[in-house]
Amino acid sequence: MAKKKLILYALILVFTFIAPFAFPAYGTQLATLWLMIIVAITWDMTGGQMGYNSLGNIFFYGTGMYVAALISIGQVYDVGEYTSAAGGGIYEFTDAQYFSGLFLGVIGAGIFCSITAVLIGYITFGLRGPYFAIGTLAVAIAAGELVSNWEWVGGGQGIALPVYPGDFDVGKIFFYFLFASVGVSVFIFVKWLYGTRFGAAINAIRDDEEKAEAMGIHTLRYKLITWAMAAFFVGMAGGISGFQLIHFEPLETAYQTINLGIFMVVCVLLGGKGTLWGPVVGAILFHLFKEVTWTYFLGWQWVALGALIVVTVVYFQDGLMGWLMHKRPHWFGIRVEESK
Amino acid sequence: MTAIIEIQGVCKAYGGVVANKEVSMEIKSGGITGLIGPNGSGKTTLFNSVVGYHPIDAGSIKFEGKEISKLQVQDIARLGLLRTFQQTRIYGLMNGVENMLISLPHRKMNLWDALKPNSKEDYEKADRLLEFVGLYEKRLLKSGDLSFGQQKLLEFAMALMNEPTCLLLDEPTAGINPTLINGLIDRLKRANAEFGITLFIIEHNMRVIMNMADTIYCMAHGEMLAQGTPDEIQNDQRVIDAYLGAH
Amino acid sequence: MDQILSNLSLLVEFPIVNLKILIDGIMIGAIFVLVAYGLALVWGVMNVKNLAQGDFVISGGYVSWWLVQQGFPALLGVPVAFVVMWGVGWVAYKLVISRVIERDLFTSLLATFGLAIMMAQILNLMFGSDTQSVDLGYDTLFFADELIDVPIAKLIGVLMATVLAASVIWFMKTSRMGQAIRATAQDARAARVMGIDTEKVYAFTFSLNSAICGAAGAIIVMVWLIQPFYGIAYAIRAFVIVTAAGLGNLPGVIAAGLGIGALEQFGSHIFGIGYQQAIAVVLLLIVLIIRLIQQKRNRQVLK
Repeated sequence: MAKKKLILYALILVFTFIAPFAFPAYGTQLATLWLMIIVAITWDMTGGQMGYNSLGNIFFYGTGMYVAALISIGQVYDVGEYTSAAGGGIYEFTDAQYFSGLFLGVIGAGIFCSITAVLIGYITFGLRGPYFAIGTLAVAIAAGELVSNWEWVGGGQGIALPVYPGDFDVGKIFFYFLFASVGVSVFIFVKWLYGTRFGAAINAIRDDEEKAEAMGIHTLRYKLITWAMAAFFVGMAGGISGFQLIHFEPLETAYQTINLGIFMVVCVLLGGKGTLWGPVVGAILFHLFKEVTWTYFLGWQWVALGALIVVTVVYFQDGLMGWLMHKRPHWFGIRVEESK
Repeated sequence: MTAIIEIQGVCKAYGGVVANKEVSMEIKSGGITGLIGPNGSGKTTLFNSVVGYHPIDAGSIKFEGKEISKLQVQDIARLGLLRTFQQTRIYGLMNGVENMLISLPHRKMNLWDALKPNSKEDYEKADRLLEFVGLYEKRLLKSGDLSFGQQKLLEFAMALMNEPTCLLLDEPTAGINPTLINGLIDRLKRANAEFGITLFIIEHNMRVIMNMADTIYCMAHGEMLAQGTPDEIQNDQRVIDAYLGAH
Repeated sequence: MDQILSNLSLLVEFPIVNLKILIDGIMIGAIFVLVAYGLALVWGVMNVKNLAQGDFVISGGYVSWWLVQQGFPALLGVPVAFVVMWGVGWVAYKLVISRVIERDLFTSLLATFGLAIMMAQILNLMFGSDTQSVDLGYDTLFFADELIDVPIAKLIGVLMATVLAASVIWFMKTSRMGQAIRATAQDARAARVMGIDTEKVYAFTFSLNSAICGAAGAIIVMVWLIQPFYGIAYAIRAFVIVTAAGLGNLPGVIAAGLGIGALEQFGSHIFGIGYQQAIAVVLLLIVLIIRLIQQKRNRQVLK
């Protein structure tokens, strides 16, 4: 990589590291920002890069949350008993159990979601365009509704996880670093991936899937693997969220189709679909917008959000990165011929 | 020469309209075979049946001895049977080189290969083929910005990049101005002679097809009407009647 | 599980209960048909898949409910909701929909989704998140030893829905605007060349759809419940119906709509009321899968 770029990345990494210490009051917000970055980048993997706009990636968030919780609870107690007592009082976790449960749970969540993505993908990737969006949305809603009727995992009450063993502020920093490490990992991962033949193949699927098929590209294989990879990171993020939030419910928190589920799409649209930095920039912009409206427009924040979605979709389709690519194509290595 | 594609008794109807009726033909391996016929004769339907675009009602289509009439488009492409599109389809957002690189034969790659970036040899091969079709100077421009004729050449180069055994071309000279046509014919012939690719071409331009093909089939009204060398076909009264409209 | 089995056994022991559930389902299904028709109309004419469909319905319901709170007779709610929602639809069209018609399909889907969120939240702010309904105070008819109850209010609701549907269909067949709409649906460019103002047609169609939804909502508030966040469920039901029946297939839409109504009622009886929302979504997935398999036989995919 060029020296300048390396220095830039190093600076960003340093900033990432010191941020929670420099701004202790914003610990949770920074963690949430990383969560947005993770879901934005992963959404763009199938959406902007591959052309399959999913409205149901939140399914992996919710599933990851549940799987991580179940794994960590399950290694110490009987899950059914735990959930029916709604986590009240008597269920203690030692520090070791907490951390081992958390880490095992989060990894397990990622793996489980990957496998689920492959299985569900067999069906959903037969759908194109708007049907894919609606189909994936239906999967996420169905999951939320069905889980809220499943008593073993807590039904409509959800699950209550143990609190972070230790100082509350240390806990905030702990979760920040969990999210940040997943976030940095996924960024590095996609940066590498988009430079390989795999990356080119999923772009081809986006640009003209029929052509890609006619040229012998294993479209189904690429689609499944891409979604599985996205699901892995989202699942982990969901798992971490569960522990951070301590208590979560199936429809409001885990399978929140109209909140985080749609936020991830708006982030990418704002920043620029199909670009490396687009999702990241978009997540930052969106997070700022959300914090501002929640603070100053309380009561109307949801309307403002809906309006943002509409305005972005209608007027800022290409996002910030897209706009930049138009104005300064040479920054991105795109050659434009002088018109004769 | 053996037959690389064997089409036997293919029937296809759309609702009440019979597009193909008991059509049989053979594409000889290593040669250039042409398919002509007036509009509505069922050429494109037959073509689409072969490449996997729709199911056939009856009959058999074999590629290298293997039945392909129930396979999907990508499976057929992965057997080495490629097609170009009449409306010319390329990846408009990518530049020429990228279009070429993505056209590397994926059937010869496994997942590990796919996770690597493209090698120097790949780039060289892309450049060579772009040079072959005369697009080297334009190779870094966004391919969606190229002219229609240039896009057609790019699509052809992409097909060559994929190392097909057999290439099906749907009206390759349609929409191209006469000066470019000679260049295209020349390159098609060279692809056949130098790379050994079997060509199966639907064409309306008689000058082009008579110049290129060693065997020509003529269809009319959904049925196979005549076959033979270019000379035989040109002198076949039935073919003349079909084009001039005598029933 | 035991609960499910005991629910099932109830159906077997008292076959007449099946009829009751069926009748309930068909009555509510009639309204689903109305909503689905509107969705198909907008879809067919403008190629916009309106995810906010359900929210237009609920909005209409609130218009009617609010009227009743002000002391107006409930039945007046239906025509008033029709007119009010016509206006709302027209505004929505001019501000949002008109700008996403020519774009790719995901854009229009997202735009309507954003609209849906806005509408649901505005309703929530205006009316609170409790469920609401309007009691007409009419009698109930009883059949079969009091096992089947058919509230007259529901019958009136179904009647109104049928009258509305019939009027719309008659309008589409006979009026000039109806013809213009059908022409635009088939080929917008050709319609323009023939002098049809497609912009007017689009605005009219979307407003008409919104009005139909509004009337449906006004009927629903009389016979069922509304709540600001119930919208998405209606949108999903409408999608299921349209996907199952196909765009131009009116008898299919009717059958599918009544079918969903019945299936939902049976499902919630057998599995429990908590599964009500889940049924519509699961049905959608099933319909999509069936369609996929059908397309696969044709060597195609579902676009």
